[in-house]
Amino acid sequence: MIETLRLTAEDAAGMLERGEVSAAELHGAYRAAINERDPELHAFLTTVDEVEGEGVPIAFKDLISTRGVETTAGSKILAGYEPVFDATVASRCKAAGLPLLGKTNMDEFAMGSSTENSGFGPTRNPWDPERVPGGSSGGSTTAVAAGLAPWALGSDTGGSIKQPAALCGVVGLRPTYGTVSRYGIVAFASSLDQIGPITKTVRDCALLYRIVSGRDPCDSTTVELPEPVELPGGEDLRGLKIGVPRELNETEGIEPGVSDRVNSALELAKELGAEIEECSLPRSVDFGLPCYYLIAPSEASSNLARYDGVRYGHRSAGDGDLRELYARTRDEGFGDEPKRRIMLGTYALSAGYYEAFYGQAQKVRTLIKQEHDALFERFDLLVSPTSPTVAFRLGERTQNPLAMYLSDVLTIPSNMAGLPGLSIPCGLSEGLPVGLQLIGPQFSENTLFRAGHALEKALGFDFVPERLR
Amino acid sequence: MKWEAVIGLEIHVHLKTRTKMFCRCAVGALDDPNTRTCPVCLAHPGTLPVPNKQAIEMTLRLGLALGCRVAERAIFHRKNYFYPDNPKGYQISQYDEPLCLNGRLRLPGPDGVAEVGITRAHLEEDAAKTLHVGGAEGRIRGATASLVDFNRAGTPLVEIVTEPDIRSAEQARRFLQVLRRTVVELGISDAEMEKGSLRFDVNVSVRPGGSDELRTRTELKNMNSFAFAARGIEREIERQIAIYESGGQVEQETLHFDPSREDAPPLRSKEEAQDYRYFPEPDLLPVEPLREWSLDELRATLPESPAARLERVLAAGVDLRDAEALNAEPERVSLFEALRDAGIEAKPAATFVLNDITRHEVDPARVNGAEVAKVLRDRDQIPREAFDAAVAASATDGFSAEEYLRERTVADASELDPVIDRILSENEQQVEAYRGGKEGLLGFFVGQVMRETQGKANPKAVNDRLREKLAK
Amino acid sequence: MVAISRDEVLHVAQLARLDLTEQEIERFQEQLNAILEAVGKVAELDLSDVEPTAHPLDLANVWAEDEPRPSLSVEEALANAPDRDGDLFRVPAG
Repeated sequence: MIETLRLTAEDAAGMLERGEVSAAELHGAYRAAINERDPELHAFLTTVDEVEGEGVPIAFKDLISTRGVETTAGSKILAGYEPVFDATVASRCKAAGLPLLGKTNMDEFAMGSSTENSGFGPTRNPWDPERVPGGSSGGSTTAVAAGLAPWALGSDTGGSIKQPAALCGVVGLRPTYGTVSRYGIVAFASSLDQIGPITKTVRDCALLYRIVSGRDPCDSTTVELPEPVELPGGEDLRGLKIGVPRELNETEGIEPGVSDRVNSALELAKELGAEIEECSLPRSVDFGLPCYYLIAPSEASSNLARYDGVRYGHRSAGDGDLRELYARTRDEGFGDEPKRRIMLGTYALSAGYYEAFYGQAQKVRTLIKQEHDALFERFDLLVSPTSPTVAFRLGERTQNPLAMYLSDVLTIPSNMAGLPGLSIPCGLSEGLPVGLQLIGPQFSENTLFRAGHALEKALGFDFVPERLR
Repeated sequence: MKWEAVIGLEIHVHLKTRTKMFCRCAVGALDDPNTRTCPVCLAHPGTLPVPNKQAIEMTLRLGLALGCRVAERAIFHRKNYFYPDNPKGYQISQYDEPLCLNGRLRLPGPDGVAEVGITRAHLEEDAAKTLHVGGAEGRIRGATASLVDFNRAGTPLVEIVTEPDIRSAEQARRFLQVLRRTVVELGISDAEMEKGSLRFDVNVSVRPGGSDELRTRTELKNMNSFAFAARGIEREIERQIAIYESGGQVEQETLHFDPSREDAPPLRSKEEAQDYRYFPEPDLLPVEPLREWSLDELRATLPESPAARLERVLAAGVDLRDAEALNAEPERVSLFEALRDAGIEAKPAATFVLNDITRHEVDPARVNGAEVAKVLRDRDQIPREAFDAAVAASATDGFSAEEYLRERTVADASELDPVIDRILSENEQQVEAYRGGKEGLLGFFVGQVMRETQGKANPKAVNDRLREKLAK
Repeated sequence: MVAISRDEVLHVAQLARLDLTEQEIERFQEQLNAILEAVGKVAELDLSDVEPTAHPLDLANVWAEDEPRPSLSVEEALANAPDRDGDLFRVPAG
């Protein structure tokens, strides 16, 4: 019997290599764990029985197109939709021999921070099933935290990898924009969406990033990595200059328990040899969230126009003309949050408001980028909490969209600038995991892995949820 | 009051690339339904556009041919609207940063050259094809369902927009003709209206002659030929003038023509205030042509401008109808000009190219102009059969006028007179009879002369000379 | 501060082809106003001399050569179609 709760992908790969276990046995062990624990957690929307490949199995967020395997993006409007093609990241995982375990739950079209906006019911946090796992990649982070998958892919637009990784006590990387192909990823906000790994360790994260990254001729916005991905091994932080942006660490709403854990991690970083200094992002935090909530819904309103019931997906059963078919299909198929964002985005793009909203938000984006660029002339990394709070209770923020949006206040600014960010667990507050966000300049993933790995070793965080140990 | 028409055109041309604009499906709008599709052009979730470099280059060459400025940076935008032929819910087009802008075309005509400003030439993707069923004859009115074929979806399309510089239906027709020649000769499009690879809309308004105001315009859509369009524009100009003259106001509206029934009055619809919510396509990056192409090198690939060619032919004194017919093939104009260089007058040179060369299905590009000009010059001295033989042979290797000129007939009185005089003196009886009123005998004398000259006499000259002499 | 009226909510829903219920209309009007108030602060910044960022990466001229690749089979193309007529997608007339 293989115990999946503690098994890292790297260890699993070692077992496969040494012939201690077969790929089918490994896949079977995770399927057994899913059968045992997923009825309570609901991390998976679809599971896969066939074992395709000789490597470590993997779970995909359900917005990654998988040929012949239902792909819904958490939306009823795509219920029953089976892609006729594989997303580039799915092909790359296949080429690397990683068999698919299944497709994980998510906020509908990745719009949300709790996975409660799924059209197929919420996912629960393995540390406390009364609480949310964060979102929108909550299915993937729950699957990894609860030992239902050794690793998984998620997507991050405003914080959808980093924030649920923090709330579930796992590692999540939002890569530099353009380093991982978006081809075949059900789009939310094109200029922000990125696919990234969700893992138990930073080394696993680097291994998976190595598999999925690189230029894809099917995605015009991708680039080749300037340097190969290095597997981190060092355990010190000597020579590293870490900036602590005041606004990201002192914003209203950060729980004291979260601040304490982050400050302890910073103390530890200093002991490991890092130079730590306070700094400032005066406008990025104040204007990041507003800027995001103009750009992302605007792009989403257009990206979600293709769900019209003509070529695939849900179509309203009623009689009527074309216009009625469209309006009813979309009303029935989309949940509340996509509708809200489509409305907001359509309004922001409509005649008379474009300049004041979308146009202006793109300029704010320039400011945010410039502020970060300036800090990276002095620092190698910036550090903050990933989420202002630990996992919140189901239903706590569903009635107030603005409160939900604030869950991403700390992850959004660097996302707007296209920067990579790594969230690693740095301890518990009220018995729930706290995430530490490391932000670097574009293409600095190797630095993030190096720092993340050293801190992870020094912190010694036990990633198995206490109630499952 | 004297009224003046103000006309602008918007022309869409399919580019002759091998693949679609944003995916690598082979172009084949007319192939079996839905056999030229992929996840990208069917807008499956998560798919992304990748631009066709060849289509960009073709657009740049067209822009240069129309005297446009090539933008340093061009952007693709999304134009958002819902329709079953628009699978993504947005069309990728260009908006305020197109590839080519501010061009002009010198449009020659019988009254001289008019300048037509080219506002822009931009690149976009075509929509799918919808077929309306359940109603009459596939028309949208009364249809119960639409069937969609996505083969055409994503075909590269250039849109050319003119300034409202055109002043008559005839000028609009001529502009379209010249523009069509331009894209065909650039090799970037077949531009065939029947196949839908060239389509256009016309904006029409009128104003008091000499003023520079711009009044309310109407848009004419769906016309299936240049001549049909010219008639449609003509009628619309008259209609607007009649409205103003009776004290009314022209309303902004769109006139949809029925291409299958040219005599049917157009359907009128109010122009709905559209809100396309344009924004920069985030899945695509800017195009910076000057970093990839040398404009001089692109210019070097341009063939002669059909407009300039037409201007030369008109200046040579050919009427518009013939000039346009000549201009329909650059080789015809080359032959025409070779004939002119060899001293042939404009009218007979044009007639020769348009009638004789065409009738004999001779490739004008292969005709030795200087040599055939010799035959043409002595056309009325050569038997018709010999002339036809010369035309038919004019495109063969080593064609020489000499052998056909040998057939040249004798028309010179000094050569004909001795023969005629002898025949008249040998047939005094018949001469008497003729002069007595039996004028039917003329044919007998002609026959005698022709036999005596072994057919080399020019029949017309013989006739004339005989009549003259017999009248004495 | 911009406030979105009921008419605007209806207009936007129409543009976005969403057939909202009376309840949704009211709720969205209220929520959109709250969101717009929060995000509208970007409109207050004077950014007349700032260039917009459409893309985090400063790239240009990415394209493909004009080389055909295989298309889907008709069956694959229509595999997910909610309604079809032979090899064509079928929708109500509009």
